[in-house]
Amino acid sequence: MKLQLRGITKRFGSLVANDHIDLTVEAGEIHCLLGENGAGKSTLMNVLYGLYQADEGEVLLNDEVQHFEGPGDAMAAGIGMVHQHFMLIPVFTVAENVMLGNESTRAGGLLDLPAARAKVNEIAARFGFHVDPDALVEDLPVGVQQRVEIIKALSRDAKVLVFDEPTAVLTPQETDELMAIMRQLKAEGKSIVFITHKLREVREVADRITVIRLGKVVGEASPTASNAELASLMVGRAVELTVQKDEPKLGDDALVVDHLTVVDPIGQLVVNDVSFTVRRGEILAVAGVQGNGQTELTEALLGLAHHVQGSAVLDGTELVGQSVRNILESGVGFVPEDRTEDGLVGEFTIAENLMLDRSESPPFVRAGNLQRSHLADFAREKVEEFDIRTQGINEYVQRLSGGNQQKVVLARELSRDLRLLVAAQPTRGVDVGSIEFIHKRIVAARDSGVPVVVVSTELDEVAALADRIMVMYRGRIVGIVPGDTPRDVLGLMMAGEVPAEGAAA
Amino acid sequence: MSDPQPPKGDAPGANEPDADVAIEEPAAASPEGGTATDDVRATASGPGIPAEPGEVQPPSKWQTMLRQIATGNAIISVLAVVLALLVGAIMIAFTDERVQAASGYFFARPGDTLLAIWESVAGAYSALFQGSVYNFRRDDFLAGIRPLTETLTFATPLIAGGLGVALAFRVGMFNIGGRGQMLIAASVAGWIGFGFDLPWGIHMIVALIGGLVGGALWAGIAGLLKARTGAHEVIVTIMLNYVAFYLVSWMLRTPGLLQAPGSSNPKTPAMNPNAVFPDLLGPQFNLHFGFILAILATIVVWWILSRSSLGFKFRAVGINPNAARVAGINVKGMYFYAMLISGALLGLAGVSQVLGTVTTGFTAGIDAGIGFDAITVALLGRSTPWGTFAAGILFGAFKAGGFSMQAAEGVPIEIVLVVQSLIVLFIAAPPLVRTIFGLPQPGSKPKRSRKPDTKGVKAK
Repeated sequence: MKLQLRGITKRFGSLVANDHIDLTVEAGEIHCLLGENGAGKSTLMNVLYGLYQADEGEVLLNDEVQHFEGPGDAMAAGIGMVHQHFMLIPVFTVAENVMLGNESTRAGGLLDLPAARAKVNEIAARFGFHVDPDALVEDLPVGVQQRVEIIKALSRDAKVLVFDEPTAVLTPQETDELMAIMRQLKAEGKSIVFITHKLREVREVADRITVIRLGKVVGEASPTASNAELASLMVGRAVELTVQKDEPKLGDDALVVDHLTVVDPIGQLVVNDVSFTVRRGEILAVAGVQGNGQTELTEALLGLAHHVQGSAVLDGTELVGQSVRNILESGVGFVPEDRTEDGLVGEFTIAENLMLDRSESPPFVRAGNLQRSHLADFAREKVEEFDIRTQGINEYVQRLSGGNQQKVVLARELSRDLRLLVAAQPTRGVDVGSIEFIHKRIVAARDSGVPVVVVSTELDEVAALADRIMVMYRGRIVGIVPGDTPRDVLGLMMAGEVPAEGAAA
Repeated sequence: MSDPQPPKGDAPGANEPDADVAIEEPAAASPEGGTATDDVRATASGPGIPAEPGEVQPPSKWQTMLRQIATGNAIISVLAVVLALLVGAIMIAFTDERVQAASGYFFARPGDTLLAIWESVAGAYSALFQGSVYNFRRDDFLAGIRPLTETLTFATPLIAGGLGVALAFRVGMFNIGGRGQMLIAASVAGWIGFGFDLPWGIHMIVALIGGLVGGALWAGIAGLLKARTGAHEVIVTIMLNYVAFYLVSWMLRTPGLLQAPGSSNPKTPAMNPNAVFPDLLGPQFNLHFGFILAILATIVVWWILSRSSLGFKFRAVGINPNAARVAGINVKGMYFYAMLISGALLGLAGVSQVLGTVTTGFTAGIDAGIGFDAITVALLGRSTPWGTFAAGILFGAFKAGGFSMQAAEGVPIEIVLVVQSLIVLFIAAPPLVRTIFGLPQPGSKPKRSRKPDTKGVKAK
């Protein structure tokens, strides 16, 4: 089905979120919508999906003007949406989720589950993967949950599929599999709108690329465009995609991890006998597919994990067995993987978040009293220094964009007297412009002599930052290799293969 | 990130719980307020679904919802009161006999009905006012102002208890155990009050402290169980209400414990005069020193929540316990301390009952439902210290004025209770209040910031 958006304009008060946007997606085409966070991509898709009413402009399907009052109308017209945050009910089975909202019944009002099961199997088989229709959604890996979303859309005969940042939650492997599915959908003649801000994915699958900035279409590009071209279109200026960094000035061993083992609450061995050393002034990047123990490793270093054996010694101080408080006070800075969940208090102001892990002692607390004027000065200084785009230091952190939120976390951690920085997925969900800034600050921390551990599932990031790369697979270290190790070698290591000529660095 | 976009970020906040109610602070009134656009979706696609699925694991759905209800904005509180009074007026009119009689010939002489309605409603509410603020029918000022002092007397335990519930709310806990905590505190303070013979002043202070400690420890049980075992404080505090009630009832029936010697009634002896709270305005008024303590408690709670390091940690735990834990805050400890303080405040409510209001000995009914009214007061006060203070006074006025409304106009006192209940009902449904008063729903407000982007649809 051919989808056309003509002159879509959506205003929120004085803000024009979409400004006369035109977009045409032909049947059998993957059309990428590229733009930074806040550029207006999702607003546009919400207009398409009937969640917002456009102030001007119209939506056409096969040249017929459509009027969607809500998602129900859009779905009936053949538009399916795969949301970034899945709209699935975790305690329902796959089949139940697929039929939800569109339940067919048998005599006596009984749900026709067998039909739903058959549908799941049929659609899954068409795309050559298997999903157990009776599995509970909460037991499935994220990538499979996403497939359930796709199946759900297809089960209603969607002709136009919108993927809203589908890869944000996926591992590189799952991303590749998703790309394959998208190509199959395209081959079936579906029209696909693919929203993202990751350049490499765009170039991999897109047939056409439309770049949106500040609510306007700023250009079309072909998939052959270079990353730098796309990035500068998106951001509106030239962006450095690689980080300038000098040779590391290596110091002594700072963090010595020895035979560290972590068992998760359900008894699984998530970090298995890991030993490594980080020297002062170097960045050790921990690479690996999501869920191979990197998260748990960082949590163990912070004292957040429950059952930890072995040791992790920072400058002569044992970290294992200490409270989070003590570990923070011994100079460990931590950028958690999920900033909204673990890094920030959404309904606290920027200033309050900047003192979140320093609520015990001077300079922010004296004799149990908050030092509000000191905090305000400090916050203004950090907002300036870290280029946090905000109305003021008393703005709630949850109102900030992902990149600015992450800058708040980074500002807080880097403003302490650090002896070790642990950063997990420091640029996940962060726009291109902010990534550049965050990488620079991490490198600056390294250059000031702080040992840094960066966990990332993005090979781009690993390559940009690492002095040495440690690859983890199923809780074990596959190998520690130099920072300039080629991608294909890393890829094999991430799948668990030990490189041939032994790895040491 | 040097694009010229307005710096204000959108609020994709994956953990943004609702935006509908909780976050709106003063912004609701100003068109510039810019609440997260996430709500647009919520309102556009049906009743707001407060928390969204996905990666976020809010403390729990219902805790998020509780927080929205407990900490909304002040305008909604005020409008809820207005609305409840309006509905109350309708009920007064309907239950009034003259209105009923006049409406029998409404189409012949509608004026009669309207007049009767006006008289019944105006009469009832002016009686409410005269019973709670100033009685114009008295000649001298001292007698005229007496209702106001009654209001403040009734308000004293409501303020103290409301503060206790509000503080627990802010730490993400629902302390429903006010009744039990009040009973234990009243028993301890009462036992010290009648069973000992200490000098004036010291006796009162010892009894007061004993009561506070009693209330704190009783609530502390719930806090400790939550911290150590994860037991839900709602269930634990409810059950502790029963435990406290029957424990106190038993002690009141057992000679040698709380029962007055030589009596077979389940009632304690009168308090030793040395332990009784002094009257603030002389013996002709009931207002006692407890009211000063309630004011002090409000100041202390305000200081804890907005100015102290402890309160900072309390609030962090209340909003995002995960982030608090990662920031090195002892989350379990905060739960425990918060329950201790909450219990002490409810204890103050119990103490002010036995040492201030009812000094002639008490029964197991000494809590007078204040432990539960305190929840209402905290909700109406939006869990802020001064809001709770104001709400406590309002509810004190309802209590004081309700009696005179019944006496003067024959309006059933239940109307007052209905009005109180309606207030809470309206507070719990802010979109209803906004619709009735034509206020903009948060989502439809203009927004300076850029649109939320990636998370656009998640809240659906």
